[in-house]
Amino acid sequence: MNYPAELQYSRDHEWLRMEDGIAVIGISDFAQSELGDVVFVNLPEVGDDTTAGEPFGDVESVKAVSDLVCPVTGTVCETNEELLDAPEKLNEDPYGTWIIKVEKVTDTEDLLTAEQYEAECTH
Amino acid sequence: MKLIFEKSVPGRHCDLLPKCDVEKVELPEGFRRETVPALPELSEVDLARHYTELNHRVHGVNCGFYPLGSCTMKYNPRIDEDMAALPGFTGVHPLAGEKNTAGCREVLDTAAKYLCEITGMESMTFQPAAGAHGEFTGVLLIKQYHAKRGDAKRRKIIVPDSAHGTNPATAAMCGYEVVNIPSAPDGCVDLEALKAVLGEDTAGLMLTNPNTVGLFDENILEITRLVHEAGGLCYYDGANLNAVMGVVRPGDMGFDCIHMNLHKTFATPHGGGGPGACAVGCKAFLKEFLPHSALMDEPGHLQVRAFAGNFLVVVRALAYLLTLGREGIPEAAKNAVLNANYLMRQIQGSFEPAFDRICMHEFVLDLSEYKKETGVSALDVAKSLIDYGMHPPTMYFPMIVHEALMLEPTETESKETLDWAAEIFRELYELGKKDPDFMHNAPHNAQIARPDEVRAARQPVLRWQKG
Repeated sequence: MNYPAELQYSRDHEWLRMEDGIAVIGISDFAQSELGDVVFVNLPEVGDDTTAGEPFGDVESVKAVSDLVCPVTGTVCETNEELLDAPEKLNEDPYGTWIIKVEKVTDTEDLLTAEQYEAECTH
Repeated sequence: MKLIFEKSVPGRHCDLLPKCDVEKVELPEGFRRETVPALPELSEVDLARHYTELNHRVHGVNCGFYPLGSCTMKYNPRIDEDMAALPGFTGVHPLAGEKNTAGCREVLDTAAKYLCEITGMESMTFQPAAGAHGEFTGVLLIKQYHAKRGDAKRRKIIVPDSAHGTNPATAAMCGYEVVNIPSAPDGCVDLEALKAVLGEDTAGLMLTNPNTVGLFDENILEITRLVHEAGGLCYYDGANLNAVMGVVRPGDMGFDCIHMNLHKTFATPHGGGGPGACAVGCKAFLKEFLPHSALMDEPGHLQVRAFAGNFLVVVRALAYLLTLGREGIPEAAKNAVLNANYLMRQIQGSFEPAFDRICMHEFVLDLSEYKKETGVSALDVAKSLIDYGMHPPTMYFPMIVHEALMLEPTETESKETLDWAAEIFRELYELGKKDPDFMHNAPHNAQIARPDEVRAARQPVLRWQKG
């Protein structure tokens, strides 16, 4: 299992990277491994507001449908539409595949470091 | 096996339709189709063989053990089918008038009376077509109750994280915000988590008891008291009623309204696409909001479906209730619980239960440690069971247990069947340690080997198209 040190993580298994004030969000290696093969991703619309700790979309795997929980409050400024046709990218390269980008971030959940997140996943 | 369309030969036919004895009438221009419909053309014998072949490829409760957790795939007594096939019931028209439907209405009234007695409710409707429709109806009762009191601030329905997916979906469909509360480590409602979300915005709580991991929530009276104290109502999902029918009543647990899947607990074969039927019951103070067929009551009543719902399913339910009676109903529930506990303890030692305590009518195995050790997943075990002529249990549900297999043997299985099933689980446990690859590729002797579920979900072929 991979936990890149440069990312921050939520307890709901999303990763977050800040790029010039914009929050780039995806799901962790642990999340994709637990989900199994992802077959569908439900994305929000650009312009939608997100709330820290609230779902912004969902992922469907062969096993189940799970909410994607947003670690920040803000406004969606870009979605990765490539995932609509190629949801398997979340399995193949979870950290190289972002799902949404959020701007005007006003609030952020208490996030974990890679080390803390790894401890959370392995305990 | 070929599809019926692929077996079609132009010009073949069966003479099943009687000769037309009325004058032929042409449809007016503009209503006629321009092309001949692509219907299959087969002789009667080929048609009969086609459906018999399909029948041989299906596994139902009449073929073998079917422990699909939470679905209550019990054997349905033949007498109930006989009653539902009586011409007086199958031939009746909903507009036949009061005089000609008196017997049918007696069926509905009697079934309602018995189900009220079993659940501790005071009023019952059979309008909803199946479970989720019944949930929708039930939560609308809660919504109407608050609306009538002018209490607009109650926007939230509380649902535990172990609930069936239909519960949050129902609440959302009714326009509520869904509040998920985590389960306590024992799989039951976490009272502190419940207290933390209760408030003036609470419309109600949706709960199954026994819950989705097959455990009876011993705090149930405290749970419903807390919800009522906050001004909310309590909704009972009857999914697991088979474990407690005739033994303990949801009405006495403090629930205000309830739905029951008649096609699951009360003797209608299900899993084949319907029709089902749902009974929705409530306490007297909600009765004014309960939908009824306009024909059965005075006009102007609320309705969620045409006429009396799926009436023949109610006939089966009443036949079941009458044949089992006041002694038989609780006995069935107790045997369902006994069978589940027996099977769980027989399997234990190989695959381990997620919660090591007395279960109700179903139990959940947790294969996460086994998967770490052998690489064999719950899916691999489920697929392997097919080779033994057993229907796989429910997999990966509830989601609070990882690598879950959920078994519900039901009351109709004998000790011999349960011993046989336990033996297979123990055998597979050993096999997975020795030859995991064999299990990754199971089933080996089934009509269809391991399908590519990922491709099936990503690029589904949903209908046949003429080549």
